[in-house]
Amino acid sequence: MKRLRFRPCGNFREYYEQEITIFETDFGRVWVWIGLALLFLVVPFISGPYVLYVITGIGIAAIAAIGLNILIGYTGQISLGHGAFFGVGAYTAAILATKVGSPFWFSVLAAGVVTAMVGMVFGIPSIRLKHLYLCIATLAGQFILEYVFVQWESLTGGAEGIILPEATLFGLNISSDRSFFWVVFVCFALMCWMAVNLVRSRYGRAFIAIRDNDLAAEGMGIPKFRYKLLSFGISSFYAGFAGGLWAYYTMSITPEPFTLFLSIEYIAMIIIGGLGSISGSVFGAIFIMILGEILSWVTEYAMNVGGLAGMAITVAPLREFVFGLAIVLFLIFEPRGLAEVWRIVRSSFRLWPFAY
Amino acid sequence: MEYFIQLLVNGLSMGFLYALSALGFVMIFKSSSVLNFAHGELLSIGAFIFLVLAAWAKLPIVVCFLITLMGCFTLGFIIERLFLRPLIGEALIEVIMLTVGLSFMFKGLMLFVFGGNIFDYPAFLPEALSIKWGAVTIPSVYVSAIIIGLIFLGVFGFFFKYSSQGIYMRSVADHQPAALSLGVHVRRVFALSWAIAAVVCAMSGIVLGIMQGINVHDLSAMGLKVFPVVILGGLDSIGGAILGGLIIGLLETFTGGYISTSLREVIPYIVLVLILLIKPYGLFGSVEIERV
Repeated sequence: MKRLRFRPCGNFREYYEQEITIFETDFGRVWVWIGLALLFLVVPFISGPYVLYVITGIGIAAIAAIGLNILIGYTGQISLGHGAFFGVGAYTAAILATKVGSPFWFSVLAAGVVTAMVGMVFGIPSIRLKHLYLCIATLAGQFILEYVFVQWESLTGGAEGIILPEATLFGLNISSDRSFFWVVFVCFALMCWMAVNLVRSRYGRAFIAIRDNDLAAEGMGIPKFRYKLLSFGISSFYAGFAGGLWAYYTMSITPEPFTLFLSIEYIAMIIIGGLGSISGSVFGAIFIMILGEILSWVTEYAMNVGGLAGMAITVAPLREFVFGLAIVLFLIFEPRGLAEVWRIVRSSFRLWPFAY
Repeated sequence: MEYFIQLLVNGLSMGFLYALSALGFVMIFKSSSVLNFAHGELLSIGAFIFLVLAAWAKLPIVVCFLITLMGCFTLGFIIERLFLRPLIGEALIEVIMLTVGLSFMFKGLMLFVFGGNIFDYPAFLPEALSIKWGAVTIPSVYVSAIIIGLIFLGVFGFFFKYSSQGIYMRSVADHQPAALSLGVHVRRVFALSWAIAAVVCAMSGIVLGIMQGINVHDLSAMGLKVFPVVILGGLDSIGGAILGGLIIGLLETFTGGYISTSLREVIPYIVLVLILLIKPYGLFGSVEIERV
């Protein structure tokens, strides 16, 4: 057995492989295993149904946020249609489950694949557009998809929505909170692992090159358009996969949640978490989802307090205000997001009692 | 035939309103290359300041106008100073997201104060402004919108072409570092452009408010309507904004009148995607040529 390394001490990298390694020391590797063990074996047993519901929601949001971060943070293509892509995934899974009667694993995977294709269609404008114009083209995608959700009644059920059957995996009913938690987090861990490895592969490096300067990247022989489309495809696959899980989780879907607000929520997640960082997208998802839960508590509490009952309608905007404030404050004071905060905290622990 | 003409007139008037509300948007983009997602909220802030002054404080209309415009001018300065200045030189997505955050903040604040109700201004436009032509009538609101739009178009055309501040703005939008190194006061240009844009927004917010009542949700939704308009015309062209507004207005009214009312809301976006595929910089937008 090789000797485990726990304390980094200077930069002794000699090979390229050492530069792109995920864990600099075995300390990180050990912590990831401890974290996974806690997540799978402790969390589902100590948390009540409500906490479990919130954590599962965070897991699903984190998958979608990782996808968006690959597109925006790594490839530099701004997309305002991620919420609609999430919806496409949810609808695909729901339609497959109800009309075709396909099993859980197939519907969710197919949701990812179908959404990847839809995402690539909306990524086609990136052949000639950049920056702001692309941003608006995806905004158009968001509105067109929303329209399709409501109007294609024979397939999507219109405003009524679709009710899904209970999810089963290999004959086991997994629709209970705890078993669905495991399913979601196994998917989450797999998707994280794939994303982390993707961004340090040839493809991830090509994405980063396109983000930093697409003309130079093209000059160096990266087929720009193909990689941009690939990035759209991968990112929408993540969104659709998460959407499929979400459809099974809530058991009924309507067009209502998949609005521009959801798209912006995802962008807020990756900005607050940190652009161009996989762990950042997870932090961002945690932050935004918990913020949302806290705000709905506060709103509910304020509604139920006697003297404030008449003001109930004026307390609801609090949610929007605080949400906007969080985005603005993060952008001004910590534009690199929570991932940077986490890095600073970690390195100050490691370096203590020295400053650097 | 009469139906067609009425639709045509409605479409053109709607289009002028869109064009008017797109002007402030183009102002900001032209001078600082910032895509302003808080546009609809700026419209409603102007409209609500005017409402407070005109309907609740019952000041004379001219005084209301002056105070609203001055207030919005200051507000534009404050927004730039507090929120945008720290982000000078940051990546595009961060600036865009900042305006998204601002839009949520403003919307939340306005819902706090005014709630989701619809308010009305006291009637103050003279009826003489309305135009009757055969069976077709154009209400005075639309006429005043057209007049205001034309005035702004002329003033901004001259401003950007001949005044020194206007030329500074164009130079800053073109290439910030070059403008800085040639001695253009970039920060002042930004602040001024936000201030002017807030004033334009207030004007269009008031006109919209007269037409459809003042409601936070409706006015902020107008901010999203602006995107197809400005993209169609080209993000940095004022004439393009007017033409884009007219095209979108006509398109919407005719789709609503002849095809289906539900398609009305998305047709601008469908056309937008098609236009972007054929002519990526809109009808009049300046083509960016990149060299490495």
